[in-house]
Formats: sequence, C-alpha cells, structure tokens
Amino acid sequence: MLPCNYACNTASHFSRRAFLGSTAALGLGGFANPASAAELKKSQKRVMVIFLSGGVSQLETWDPKPNTDTGGPFKAIQTSVTGTRISELLPHTAKQAHRLAIVRSLNSISDDHGVGEKIMLTGRKMEPGINYPHIGAVSAKLLGSNESALPGHIQILPKGGSGFNSSDATFLGPKFASVSLGDGKPPADIFRPKDLAADTDAEREAFRQKLNDRFAKSRKSAATEAYTESYTQAERVVKQAEVFDVEKENPKLADRYGRHDFGRHLLLARRLLEAGVTYVKVSHSNYDTHHENFDFHIEQLGEFDRPFAALLDDLADRGMLESTLVVVMSEMGRTPRINDRYGRDHWSKAWSVCMAGAGIKGGVVVGKTNATGTAVTDREVYSGHLFHTYLRAVGLDSTKNFYPNERPVPVADPKTAAIEEALA
Amino acid sequence: MSIPPPRAILDPTAARVERELKHAKPLVGCRFDPSGRFLFASAEDDTVQRFDLLTGAKTALAGHESWTRGMAFVAPSPVAPADFDAWPKQQAALQTAGGFGVVGVPTPKAPPFLLVSADYHGKLIWWQGEADTPKPIKIVQAHDGWARSVAVSPDGLTIASCGNDNAVKLWKAADGTAIRTLDGHASHVYNVAFHPNGTRLVSCDLKGVVKDWNLKTGKVEREIDAKVLAKYDPGFMADIGGARGIAFKSDGSAFALSGITNVSNAFAGVGNPVVVLIDWAEGKAKLLKPKEAFQGTAWGVCFHPSGAIIAGGGGGQGRVWFWKNDEPVGIHTVNVPANCRDFAISPTGERCAVAGSNGTAYVYNFSGAGPVPVVPPKKK
Repeated sequence: MLPCNYACNTASHFSRRAFLGSTAALGLGGFANPASAAELKKSQKRVMVIFLSGGVSQLETWDPKPNTDTGGPFKAIQTSVTGTRISELLPHTAKQAHRLAIVRSLNSISDDHGVGEKIMLTGRKMEPGINYPHIGAVSAKLLGSNESALPGHIQILPKGGSGFNSSDATFLGPKFASVSLGDGKPPADIFRPKDLAADTDAEREAFRQKLNDRFAKSRKSAATEAYTESYTQAERVVKQAEVFDVEKENPKLADRYGRHDFGRHLLLARRLLEAGVTYVKVSHSNYDTHHENFDFHIEQLGEFDRPFAALLDDLADRGMLESTLVVVMSEMGRTPRINDRYGRDHWSKAWSVCMAGAGIKGGVVVGKTNATGTAVTDREVYSGHLFHTYLRAVGLDSTKNFYPNERPVPVADPKTAAIEEALA
Repeated sequence: MSIPPPRAILDPTAARVERELKHAKPLVGCRFDPSGRFLFASAEDDTVQRFDLLTGAKTALAGHESWTRGMAFVAPSPVAPADFDAWPKQQAALQTAGGFGVVGVPTPKAPPFLLVSADYHGKLIWWQGEADTPKPIKIVQAHDGWARSVAVSPDGLTIASCGNDNAVKLWKAADGTAIRTLDGHASHVYNVAFHPNGTRLVSCDLKGVVKDWNLKTGKVEREIDAKVLAKYDPGFMADIGGARGIAFKSDGSAFALSGITNVSNAFAGVGNPVVVLIDWAEGKAKLLKPKEAFQGTAWGVCFHPSGAIIAGGGGGQGRVWFWKNDEPVGIHTVNVPANCRDFAISPTGERCAVAGSNGTAYVYNFSGAGPVPVVPPKKK
C-alpha cells in the first residue's frame, strides 16, 4: 500500500481552519499579514484560469507586431489604456485593458504541449522525484473553505467525459484534486437513478461508509483516500446540482456571454465561483495552428473575445472581480516565424499571459519583446514568477513551504519572485 | 486590332519554368494582367509586386497595410496579347549593329488597365496597372474584416468583392461607388466569380455553401452544395475549408472551385487537394483529384483555353495538377520548388504562374521552350 504522502498526514490537516491555525505549514504566517487572514475569509478569494489549449499566438493577441516580417495580416488596435495596443482580433477585450495586466516577456522553457501545460500550471520546470501541485490544487488548499458545499478545484473542459482526477494535487492530497466537467456537465453517473428510492439510497450509502471507515482504519492509503474523496466530491456536486445549470441565469446575461459552448462554460465558471468554488479552470480549444494560423485565430479568438469581456464585466457588476483573480494562459505561445502553410509553430521563448481581478494592477504591460517578437528584450519572466504573482494577488505569501512527509517544499519556485509591477 | 485566338492545345508535359521572379518576402497571390505582359504577385510585406515579363522590370505597388490575395483587372476594351518576340528582337538587332553603347528601342507601352486589389483589412484599392509606378487612385473600405476576393464582370462595369463579414458586395468598376450588398451567407465568403453571361454571380463560403446570385434582382437563384470543401474538425473544434480558388469556363457551362477535402487534422493541414467542377445547368458537382496522392490544399484553379483544368497548390511542397476536361483523375503533375499559395494562367493560355511561399513566383511556359532571354531596359 502506498503511504499518504500529503502535505499534511492526517485528514484533519486538510481543514482550512486547521491549516490557518498551524504554524508548521503555512498557518497564519502563510498570508501576507495576519490581519489579512480575516479579510481573506470575508472576501473569499478565488482563482479562475482560462486556458487557451494548444498554444495561443501572442502576436494575434497580447503582443501584436503589425507590418513586420512576423506580424501577419492583422492590425493592432487601441485599447482603453492609452498607448497599449492589442490585436484587432480582441475588440471587446481591448475595452477591458484598464483591468488587465499583460505580461509580454514570458519564457516558459518548453515547446512541448504536455510539459508546457505542467510548467504553466505548476510554476515549475519538471524535476525528477517530485511532482508539484497545480495552481488549482494550491488555490483550493490555501484559499478554500472547509465548509464549502462544492469541490474546491474544478476544471471545465470543452468536451469529453467528466470525473474525478487525482494527479494534479500531488502531495496536497485528493481532496484538492480537480473535478472535471466535460462540456460543463457534472459526471453523469453520480446522480441517484430514478428507480432507486431516496431512503434506500441513503441506507446503501451508510453501509458503504461503514465498510469504508472500517477498511481505512487498518489499510488507509493514497488510493483509498482518493477513492473516499471522490465520493465526497460527488456528494457535494449532487447536492448542488442546480449550480451547474446555466439555464437558471438571466437570458440577457447569457446572451452577453454568447450562446455557444465557451460562453456557456465561462458563465458556468462564474456561477461556480459565486457558489463558493475556489478555483475554476475553463479550457478553450484549440489554438495549435501549425496550418492557417490566421484563419483559425479569427475563429477561435472570435469565440473567446466577447465572453471574456462579458465575464470581467459580470464579475465587476457582482462585486466579485476584486476578490477573483482571472488568468488567461496557454501551455506555450506560437512562433513569430510564419511557416509556408501560413501556420505558426510551438514557441516558448517570448510570449504573453494576461491577468485581471484580485490583487492585479489594471492597465499594466510588463516586459517587452523586440520588434519582430523573436526575443524578450526587457524583464524576462518564467512560469515561477507568474505562480508567485498569482498567490500574492490573492493575498498569500508565496515564499512559504508545504511539508509533505515533514519535508519542506516551497509553495512556489524560490528561484523566482512575484512580478511586483503587475500587483496592485 | 487583330487578336489571335488563345492556345487551343495544351501539352502539360511540355511545361517548363520560364522565369523565377524573386521577391524578398513570401508571396500570397498572383494574377496575369489582361495582356499577359505583367504578373502581379502580392506578398507578406503588404506590397503587390508587378513583374514585367517583357523587360524584366519589377515595380512595387505600395498602399495596402495588410496582405492582399484578391486581384482583378478592368480593361476598357479587348486587349491584344503582349508580343514577347518583336521588342527583344529589335533590341538584339540594334545591339548587333551598333554595339552595347547604342540607345535602345523604347520599351513598348502596355495597354491601359485598372488593377483592383483586396486586402485583409477589408480594403479595395484601384491602381492604374500599366503606369510606370502605380499609385492608389481609389481606396474603398469594403468589408469588416478580410476582403478575400474580387472579380470583374464580363462587361468590365462592375466589381464584386467578398469577405469575412459574410457579405458579397458590388461596386462600380469606374469609381468604386457601392452598388449593392448581397447578404445571405452565414460564414466567411472565400471567393466570388461572375458567370460569363454577366447576369449571375457565384460565391462560396467557408462551409462550402455556394450561392448563385441573380444580379438583376440581387436574390439567390439557387444554392449549390460544395460542402466537400469544408469540415468542422471536432478534434480542434474549428472549421476549415472554403473555395480557395474559383474559375468559370469561358462558355459558362461549368465553374470550378478548389480547396482541401478529406481533412483529418485541420491544424496540420492534413487533407487532400481537390477541384470541385460544377455543371452550370444541373448544379451538380464532380470531384477532380490529382493523379498522385498529395497532402495539402489546391489554392487556385483555372480553365485553360484548350478545355483542360489546371490547379496549383501545396502542403509541404508545391504542385501544379492537370486534368483533361472533366475527367475525375488528373493526367499530369508538375512539382513546384516551393509551397504554392496561388495559381494563375495567362489570358492566352501560353503560361501559368504560382505564388511561392519562398518569395518566388514561378512562371511556366507550355511551349516547352527554354527561358526567354530578357533584355534589360536601357537607362535614358
């Protein structure tokens, strides 16, 4: 049996309250200052990542280079911030620039989809012997409420099945692992079948719980813990089923998000955050445009732009924007060089990420690339800098440690630090 | 004026590279002017380059601020084909008689014509095509988003354009005045062409929907299915397709669309080039496939005066494919040294050209002759 190599070795340590009270791990000292702990609880900081799968082109989004060898056919347009221009493919987002911090000088090291995604979500290069938890798991653990009626870490995928994952929380434990919602739908098989009476189902669940507890007393392992947690997560989802129904939303608001899958998924994400979920990642597919990059970016960013702007407005209207960190990222950018099929290939050396909301200074552009976007010329940052920035933005001290098996593991890469210029 | 008939015979195996017209940036589109003397090639540096096949001169047309792919010509009257023999012979004779120091025979004047070009900022620009250094003489903001294609009506009075605002628009060729917008497409309109009888216009969009417009009423007479040119790739959750090339047969009995089909991976361009030949009377489509298996897109298609259908395209490499009339499988393929992004045929059918992704426009001659010697113009 595998031991439970979690940050805390007992179930009680998963409690946020206990975590705040513990000085062994982050504890109160884990936050920027003790007073902010109360504020944090009050304001319920949340994190939302919009993940543009496949690797969005920085030249067609946040760092356009019109009328250059690498710029492609699009123009740059003025935004709501004087002097800041972004691609014409993002006209609605341009009006939100005063809320955005754009980092144009990211070097994320890897041009591989899988590795790049891991680097961007963990803020670390891959290292032998240790798997770092994703930002979703870290957010769920450090910001989540133990009383939350919903799982703390949810990812909305554009398609595919729904289910409970175990790998993205690594040593933080399965409680903080993600629940995937394929096409925004909760796992279909967790709801009670119609022909099963409620009291019968309750008896069945009690019996399962009894057996589970007895088994756990003698043979608890990472696997059994993950199994138990998936049941708990499922229970929470079932009890809050209506949160997942975007049809409950005001139709006019739904129109603003757009009546297509991505619009629906972003609206669902907002509902989940509002209902108490700490971290929601929404993936938008796909940007891996080795062929006809420009046509495909017209289509994909045409779908992204308006819902993203609607999301920021909606969060602001509800008073949630100042407590919700919103990050737009990919696993990599795309080559400045345009290939012979009008495509752009994988590129990690100089690309862009955008942030808004909690703790972020709006209207800021950090870093610079050269005239053709082929190299960072100012303020190169790595994914570790971003990871620190995310945590700092939601009021956490990113320099603290986790203690899986009582071994200190820095929450964020200690060789990097937060991007102060992007923080409010 | 006596205009010789177009080349009625085509031997595709005789095609030879006659010229390599080089530019510093990758090319996007290419078209011959009505006399066949000039090849206009648009490039990724937002210019249109005019290559004079008679003198070898290269002239940049500067005015667009984005890439240009659509190009069409308005000529005031029937244009005689350029004479590629007389002037070089006169030049050579003069040099033989008087040595290289003698003043050359003046370069023949090209007949006047207008070029209308369409760019990816939605602009149409009118140019005096034969001028020493053509400048924009009229700029029209025609489309919201890309203007993808332009065509000129057979009487030369009307320009049609289409683009990413899902619209087809008609303009007065003389001055760019808007005539009418033809609404009805539900996706980006990729290409447009006038029927040779001048009463109808066809347009094809990203989803492979072809609309046959009645130009008198502005209504759609019928829709023709070319969805074989389109696919929603569920893996990447995006649409690929559209007619990348379009051409009418001179007698109006058919038109051809070119593009990509059988797409299995849109984002890597994994699919096969195809020409969709549509019988005008029946509105039925027939697929023409290259002789050899190839992965890529047919970026342009033309009818040769002999009746042959020729398309150019590329994937990792470039190709020119030939079909005999409407036979479904090609009869010959020419390998092009670079990925071919557009294809054009000269008005007489003597030549064809491809726009190379390497910045070179390759001009092929069907006579099998070697490269035509170009005499550089003498400085005055």
